[in-house]
Amino acid sequence: MSHTLRHWIKTFGLIELFKGLAVTGKYLFKPKITVRYPEEKTPISPRFRGHHALRRYENGEERCIACKLCEAVCPANAITIESEEREDGTRRTTRYDIDMFKCIYCGFCEEACPVDAIVESRVFEYVFWERGENIMTKEKLLEFGDKHEQIIAADKAADAKYR
Amino acid sequence: MIKIEINGQIVEAHEGDMLIDVADEAKIPIPRFCYHKKLSIAANCRMCLVEVEGAPKALPACATPVTDGMKVHTRSPKARAAQKAVMEFLLINHPLDCPICDQGGECELQDVAFEYGNDVGKYSEAKRVVPDHDVGPLIATDMTRCIHCTRCVRFGQEISGLMELGAVGRSEWMEITTYVGKSITSEISGNIIDLCPVGALTSKPFRFKARAWEMVAHPSIAAHDSLGSHIEVHTYQDKVMRVVPRDNEAINETWLSDRDRFAYEGINSQDRLTVPLAKSKGQWDEQEWEDALNQTVELLKPHLNNPDTVGVLVSPNATVEELYLLRKLLHAHGVKDIETRLRQIDFRLDEAAGKPVAPGLVNTLPEIEAMESVLLVGSNLRYEIPLLNLRVRKAQLEGARVRVLNVADYPFTFDLEDKVIADPQALVDTLKVLVRAAAELKGTEIPAGAEDAVVSEQHQAWAKDLVESGKATIMVGAMAQQSPLYADFVLWSARLADLTGATINVVPQSANEVGAYQVGAVPANGGNIDSMLASDKKAWIVVGIDPELDTVYGARLKQALDQADTVISLTAYDSEYLRSVSDIMLPIAVHTETAGTFVNATGDWQSFKIASAAPGDAKPLWKILRVLGNLLDMDGFDYVHADEVLEEAKAQTQSLGSVQGDLAIPARTCDKPVVLGEWSLYSVDPIVRRSEPLQKAAGAARPVVRSAIEADEIVLNTPAGPITLPNEYDESVAPGVVLVPMGLSETADVTLTDVSVAAS
Repeated sequence: MSHTLRHWIKTFGLIELFKGLAVTGKYLFKPKITVRYPEEKTPISPRFRGHHALRRYENGEERCIACKLCEAVCPANAITIESEEREDGTRRTTRYDIDMFKCIYCGFCEEACPVDAIVESRVFEYVFWERGENIMTKEKLLEFGDKHEQIIAADKAADAKYR
Repeated sequence: MIKIEINGQIVEAHEGDMLIDVADEAKIPIPRFCYHKKLSIAANCRMCLVEVEGAPKALPACATPVTDGMKVHTRSPKARAAQKAVMEFLLINHPLDCPICDQGGECELQDVAFEYGNDVGKYSEAKRVVPDHDVGPLIATDMTRCIHCTRCVRFGQEISGLMELGAVGRSEWMEITTYVGKSITSEISGNIIDLCPVGALTSKPFRFKARAWEMVAHPSIAAHDSLGSHIEVHTYQDKVMRVVPRDNEAINETWLSDRDRFAYEGINSQDRLTVPLAKSKGQWDEQEWEDALNQTVELLKPHLNNPDTVGVLVSPNATVEELYLLRKLLHAHGVKDIETRLRQIDFRLDEAAGKPVAPGLVNTLPEIEAMESVLLVGSNLRYEIPLLNLRVRKAQLEGARVRVLNVADYPFTFDLEDKVIADPQALVDTLKVLVRAAAELKGTEIPAGAEDAVVSEQHQAWAKDLVESGKATIMVGAMAQQSPLYADFVLWSARLADLTGATINVVPQSANEVGAYQVGAVPANGGNIDSMLASDKKAWIVVGIDPELDTVYGARLKQALDQADTVISLTAYDSEYLRSVSDIMLPIAVHTETAGTFVNATGDWQSFKIASAAPGDAKPLWKILRVLGNLLDMDGFDYVHADEVLEEAKAQTQSLGSVQGDLAIPARTCDKPVVLGEWSLYSVDPIVRRSEPLQKAAGAARPVVRSAIEADEIVLNTPAGPITLPNEYDESVAPGVVLVPMGLSETADVTLTDVSVAAS
């Protein structure tokens, strides 16, 4: 009997409704944290793993030495490298492809690289309009690296003390 | 047998065995750099230090003989401390450039450092840097990485017999280097790449191409000499990246000749034919396989009605399956002239025996190694079959007497007891004298033909050694095989062998030479390439060869191909010459791209599987022949797998004549000066000829004639007219002998059955 009575009071007293409205009312007066993407953006960690880039040394020489460790460590088999001896006798890639569809952005390639050549930048806003564009070639990756070198270098420097 | 204890495990061993061998046998790991099972003990790297109870210090396992009751610890604190310390010292001067080092991933130093070294180095001073030397087109050096194990130096001294690398300086300034800027010329130099435990000596053609971990290793059989060395073909993305030896004590031990190791560059050559081509109105058109095969059948059919006018020339490097199917296909239509003996000009033995007489080794290679007396007849063994030469060298080092009968004083890598350098006729005469000397020694009747021979003390000594040594062999080499007096060489050698109790080994040269005889890829009608060229052939089928380079019939063969109505080429390579004579060219796969079988010199049938992908549309020859069989409406051509072909081929081997002394052959003499062909190491087959690094190597052929004639040039008469070649005056060549390098475009017209010196 008492159970039925309690049920009726709950239902017709609108207690649940006022509880919910109380939550709404609480957040109405709290500071707002919603960001109006894409006009506004959230802060990103220097360790963010986004679009890949191949870096160069300050003298313009590409860093990658075709050791193929990134290719070996890649759990998704997204990296394909072909290498040969360049005319000056150094070890270089003739092909460095990353399949961005296969990539799972784990960052192992970056970890494996002994010369900090392949990095994952903080850039995550990119689209592919056509099939085939998802294959990032060496040229594209180097170009991307050149374009974003400043921020990549700053990110690396910021993270360096934790390594 | 004695018992020792390693890490608490009781192990049986022979008294005097080295500790490291005993541990290896028991699969107890001991790290090592300078120790190698095929080389002498140097004990200079100190990596194999282990604790032996009772010894005050750790002892090197590679130089410590075991004694009864010995107690050894390989992982005790004392042993570990010693190993760690040695590792630390080795890494002091070793650069940390593993990412750009080709040895990375298969490096003994890397592995041992990982297992036994410290995780952090304490050394922060400057490291040693050693300048590199260019040691030739096959081996790349990074001498800064060298840890002075001296395996390469000991290989030169003990195995190859050419000490081309040595250590100069001491301690910090010690360097492994060639003798005053020379390059490495050994025909088996590639083995030091495998021996080097670090990345100091690496393969130059393979440099920076691929990583050890990303390649697939396919066990296979080497295809460039008759031993059939066991190899591993390493492929990356189905392309051959390199070839390394596979251990096989009965054949190649742990070694591999440079020819078998670096020939793969020819497989990846730009010259490969990738699509079927057909000629119409003088134009070459690319074809679909179906059309190309139909055209081939159309071209072939009219000639099959008249089978005697069809001639087939096949590479002796073709597999058993390919040769068998070719025979099956053509014999069914009455075509009997299938020839693989492209470099033989004397066929009197076959005529005398009534069937083809096949060369072959009657002794196994370990038996040859144990010989006490060896007589080499007409053989530049080192440059014919490098790894067979190693066995003879081993025998010599163990005290065997090696004597040679040769047309030139070839440099051997071991000491010769005695030698006779003369023209072929004189060499045969010497054999006759030896036969007479042996007969006199045994008190038997002197064989007919040797009655006039005059025996000297030298000959008596030779014969006596062959009789008395108990383990003696006579080996007939390529120079004898390709001379006009081959039959005489073999017969008199066989007679000498019969009298002295020695064995006779006629050394086959090509990968499947013996197999070609066994499956009947030699004319079944008593014919041979010579008689084929003499008869008027209307159609030729050319398989797997460069016809102008691969035979000794030069201009004669060229004329025959020019005059024929139809030439069908099944070839792995595109060449201007083939385009100029062929009507249709079908691209075939080479040995790494097909499943097949080679029969090696000792008669072992060794099968191998596909290792790499054929370029473009090229197809395995056995599959092409199978479809041709179908298109010709023949029964029994429904094979699905190469194994089925092999089984059938095995069941249908041919009966062959054996090398016997009692055959009678018509006499032949050759006029002086005798022109003889010389095949350099790297001109023997189409693949090797297209391997760029080998063509730059020391063993590559030069278009220069060698003779003891003092002249700058020698003019040779050929059926295509006289050709002039530069002459190198060489006292080591017997008087009356002119040695012409074969397999070169410059000497493509030289026809050894019809050649003479016009002027010098």
